[in-house]
Amino acid sequence: MIEVYFMYVRDFIAQPWPWYVAGPLLALVMFILLYFGHEFGISENFRLMCAADGADNMNEFFKIDWRSGEWNLLVALGAVFGGYLASHYFFGPNGDLAHISDVTVVSLNEIGINVTKGAVPLVPAFLSWESLLTWQGLLMIAGGGFLVGFGARYAGGCTSGHAISGLSALQVPSLIAVVGFFMGGLAITYLVIPYLFNY
Amino acid sequence: MRMSRYILIGMLLGFVLYKSEAVSWFRIYEMFRFQSFHMFGIIGSAIVSGIMIVQIIKRRKVKNVEGAEIVIKDKAKTFPRYIIGGFIFGCGWAIAGACPAPMFILLGAGHTVFIVYLIAAMTGTFVYGLLRKRLPH
Repeated sequence: MIEVYFMYVRDFIAQPWPWYVAGPLLALVMFILLYFGHEFGISENFRLMCAADGADNMNEFFKIDWRSGEWNLLVALGAVFGGYLASHYFFGPNGDLAHISDVTVVSLNEIGINVTKGAVPLVPAFLSWESLLTWQGLLMIAGGGFLVGFGARYAGGCTSGHAISGLSALQVPSLIAVVGFFMGGLAITYLVIPYLFNY
Repeated sequence: MRMSRYILIGMLLGFVLYKSEAVSWFRIYEMFRFQSFHMFGIIGSAIVSGIMIVQIIKRRKVKNVEGAEIVIKDKAKTFPRYIIGGFIFGCGWAIAGACPAPMFILLGAGHTVFIVYLIAAMTGTFVYGLLRKRLPH
């Protein structure tokens, strides 16, 4: 009896979560952190990791007591565990797919990214160790990572710190940052990505 | 033990972003092409719920676990750092298809190549630290 119940719960969690479940839960994460005296912001961890790795002796920007950010590093570690559990025990009925719209599938095929309707993997093949040896893979993974790390600290926050925490607190600087996020994202999506695989 | 709560919060974050497919490069591409409401729904409903939470905290003077009033610090009111830094972040977000939280989540999901993304992001943060004084804020 109890196994049946567990299977039911597993299957319930394993289905794709709609936006109206995910969004409020993200706000809940923000609230729990506020309740424990902290502000939600994942990208700060890059700075903490730099400081912990010795950058604190090289530059004053990293002269921070990274242990005071231990809570944030643990949130990141928890996200790693969450990703492990969700992908290993709560995968969907057909594996982990990205249920993107049909229009998106068509537009991906047009720019040379071959995906099949209803069978789009969650993580594309071009984000893998093999593709890291191609210039496209290197640009997307290492180049993208560098820009994210640089830009997030320059702007003082990422999607969690500005788009969610900042806008929830009606911070105008966060609105400017989010406008910047979209300008950058649109520029890359329309001016760079179409020419990566189709040239 | 006190610290294990943060691991649990991180796990919740991981589940939410993984199961809602926000960790997917394809979902980010779809968002920037305005081809689906999904990502806008996630971010939008998070902000709407967040605004309600913050307003309740402010009006009811909700206290944190230590009994002190929850105060959300105002961000410095400048312009260049947010627009330029935001633009650079957005470029990285679109091309890698993952912002900082999804990177940790995908690493846990077995996509170990994201360790390269993590090192690259740390390098980016480090280079920003070196250049900080010469950049307009």
